[in-house]
This record gives sequence, C-alpha cells and structure tokens, in this order.
Amino acid sequence: MFWTVTQSLFNGFMTTVELFALTLLFSLPLGLIFSFASMSKIKPLKWLMKTFIWIIRGTPLMLQLVVIYYGPGLLGAGADKLLTDLTTNGSEIIVALYEWWPSFGIFVANATIDVLEFFASFHTYDRFISALVAFVINYSCYFSEIYRGGIESISRGQYEAGQVLGMTKAQVFFKVVLLQVVKRIIAPMSNEIITLVKDTSLARTIAVYEIIWAGQRFIKSDGLLWPLFYTAAFYLIFCGLLTIFFGKLEKKLDYFRS
Amino acid sequence: MAMLEVNNLYKSFGKNEVLKGIDFKLEEGKVISIIGSSGSGKTTLLRCITGLETADKGVITVDKRITFNGDSKQKLTKAEKRDNQLATGLVFQSFNLFPQYNVLDNVTLAKKLMLKKELRVKKASHAEKKAAFDALVEEAKDIISHVGLSDKLNHYPCELSGGQQQRVAIARALIMSPKVLCFDEPTSALDPEITGEVLKVIAGLAKDGRTMLIVTHEMGFAREISDEVIFMDQGVIAEQGDPKEMFVNPQTNRLREFLSAMLKA
Repeated sequence: MFWTVTQSLFNGFMTTVELFALTLLFSLPLGLIFSFASMSKIKPLKWLMKTFIWIIRGTPLMLQLVVIYYGPGLLGAGADKLLTDLTTNGSEIIVALYEWWPSFGIFVANATIDVLEFFASFHTYDRFISALVAFVINYSCYFSEIYRGGIESISRGQYEAGQVLGMTKAQVFFKVVLLQVVKRIIAPMSNEIITLVKDTSLARTIAVYEIIWAGQRFIKSDGLLWPLFYTAAFYLIFCGLLTIFFGKLEKKLDYFRS
Repeated sequence: MAMLEVNNLYKSFGKNEVLKGIDFKLEEGKVISIIGSSGSGKTTLLRCITGLETADKGVITVDKRITFNGDSKQKLTKAEKRDNQLATGLVFQSFNLFPQYNVLDNVTLAKKLMLKKELRVKKASHAEKKAAFDALVEEAKDIISHVGLSDKLNHYPCELSGGQQQRVAIARALIMSPKVLCFDEPTSALDPEITGEVLKVIAGLAKDGRTMLIVTHEMGFAREISDEVIFMDQGVIAEQGDPKEMFVNPQTNRLREFLSAMLKA
C-alpha cells in the first residue's frame, strides 16, 4: 500500500511542480513589467496598475481561482441566453432606434449581436490552464511589489554615474542596477517562492489533480487518512531544496555590497 | 575660444530660483574652483554643466560645441543628449562606483558598451573586436596606474577605502576623455586623513594640463591648484578672481564672512 500511495502522490506532485515551475516562468518577467507600470510616469497607467494590484492582493487566491475557472463559462452562458432572447423576441429599443434612424438601428443590432456572439463563445477552459492563469496573475502582482521595492532602493547616484558616462537608460538598468536589485530582493523573493510551493495546493479547489487531491483520494477510496499527511514530506523536501538553492545564490552574490 | 563657456544660466526648482544668471569662462588647461556655502547653487551649476539637470535659460558651450541652449526650441534626441554629456566628466561626492564590478571593470564598462556598439555597426571581425577590447583594457590599466591603484585592479569597491574608491571614480571619468572634468566636492565624504591622496591625484591632473572645474570646501587646496576661484552666493557669482588675491583680500562682505566661517570650522 505504501508503495502505491507513494507512486500516486508522486504523480500528483508532478502536477504540483509543473504548476509551480510554469507560474514562476511567466510571473517572474510579468512581475517586472507590472513593476515598471506601477512606477510609470504615465499617471493613468500607474493608477490602473495600482488598482489592479490592489484587487489581486486584496482578494483571496482561492476566490481568484474560482472566478477564473467558472467565470468564462458563466459569462458565455449568460451571453448565449441574451443572444437567443434577442434573436427570437427582438428588442424594443433596437426597433425604436430603427424607426428613428434605420441605418443606425441596423448598426446597433449588428454590433450587439457581434459582441454577444464573442462573449457567448466563452466556455469553461481546462482546469490546469485556469489555475495557471490565476497563479500567474496573482504572483506577478506580489513579485511586482518586491521588484518595485528593490528598484526604488537603488540610489539615484548609480543612475547618474551611468548617465554621465554616456550609458543609455537600458544599459544602466541591465548592466548596473539589475544585479544590485537581485541581490537585495533574494530574501523576500525566496519567501514568496516558497509560499508558492504550498499555494499550489489551492488548485485543489477547482479539482486540479495535484498532490493534495491525490492524497485526499485515499480517504474516499480506501478510508485512509495518512496519505494526506504523507504529502507534507513532498512539500518539505521541495521547500528544503529551494532553501538550499537560495542560500547558495545569496552566497554567490556575497562578493559585493550595495 | 574658451574650453567651457557658461552664459546667463538660470535654473529654478519650482519657485526656488537656484541659479540667477551665471556667466564665466574656463580656458583650456586651466582649473577653476567654485566655493560657497551650501545652498549657494554651486552643485546645481555643476549638474547643469554635466547634463544631470536641464537649466531653464542660458547657453553652455564645451569646446565650441553647444551642449545646452535654453533659447533653442529644438528638442534633442537621446543620443545627442548623451553625446553632449560626454563632453564633460563628473566625479561625485559619494563616488557612485558600480559595486558589482571590480576596479578594472568599473573603469572600462561604459566605454566597452560604446565600443561594442561601434564595432557592431562596423561589422568588425572577431580579431578586430579582440584587439579593440585589449587596447581598452591597456588604456584602463594605464589610467588606473596614474591614480596609483595598479595593485587593486581585481578588487571590488567594498574592499577599498573611501580615498581609493574616489580615485577609481576619477579614473572612470578620465577614460571617457572629457573636455572638462568636473568634481562635486570630491573629498567631502572622506575622512580628513585620507583626503590628501585624492587631492594629490587632482593636483597631478592639474599639472598635466587638464581642464577642470572643482566644487570644493577645501580652501587651502582651492588656493593652491586653481588658476581662478569663483565664489557663489545665493545663485549668483559674488566674486571671482585670482585665488591668491581673493583669499587674502576679499572684496565683498559675504566672501569675508564665508572665509572666516571656514577658518573657524
């Protein structure tokens, strides 16, 4: 039994790792883009980004998972209903518009149908993809705040030194500032990344077959609770490896102080 | 034609008028020191000349090249701004070395990036590139030995004393061969006992005939190496002249007060 459980949990764990790795792959760069947007000199962009970050950080990830998984399906069904209603019963408003100005009425009718058709095409997407989208959005927002803190902590003198030496803004950022930012954010980033490992278990909410799901299955099928407890070992080993990795990285950047 | 010419320069930050019509000339191979109490506008003047701040009005000319023209409506491209910026060099009060690079790389970084771009445009061969980069490293080593740090090539800034860091910063500015080298209180962040090594390097540059503009609080040093001293007060040049004259026989009350306050400190 132990071997069967281990194998089954391992399969679930592979999904966990996949979700973890893909989330990092997309959210690390996306977070940097978000952080630039939230520091932008273009005020509307900055406030839009800040509002978005507020919404994402201000609501539970579990709720975001549910919304992203069920949302498109609900939207599609709603739009579909409206579309059927419109095409079978017509619309008094559009009829009134048509009587007032025929070509405008036709234009509005066509546009409404196009929009409704577009939304009606939404359906429920793959569970894993939905979970990935939710995680990427959520983690990009958290990462962006860490990046922002790191970037803003670099002294103006570094930028000015690059500038008087004739370096371009991009050169100053990538050749001078970035590595200093990386060094400064390793600790908060490793914290967040280790949290991500365990947050992947939330994907269970929309029935992504990750390791918690694999462990819980044994409660129903065999009346066993210990496989669920056993999942902790997988998390512990994985987080332990990450801790070692980040410790090494920190040591590697120990050669300079900034 | 003077190496650096500043005409009728104005600069405000919001309502605060910091520079109120600055005029002066710096001839090739000469050294001018700018003194004055904090808030007199001397650092802002230096930042306008080196392109870190954009003045509101006036003209700045470096070696016949107009690097700033407040009357011109024409907007400069980023590349033109960078070219203008390279006409001058600046050594900061707080060094601002790049902490993740060793001494050699700090000195070569900017020029290497520039060289890379040039070589790419010219579609240089691998051998040509290698020769160019080797030459750059040799040039850098030469300049670093000039500031007396040949034995520190592979050291990182955090392993150097403040005085050594500032000498690296001077080398880093020199390799871009600026027409005018500017210093913004180069010894103010240093312990008194190590200001000497930095001042010696600057004095050496003066002897070599380098055109320099130095904002400083070191009165003795200003007097020794400058061909001319500018005393700034409340955004204008209050007094200007031969250092030996000025320090012994100040013409304005403000300079007299300033000098006696400096002596007491």
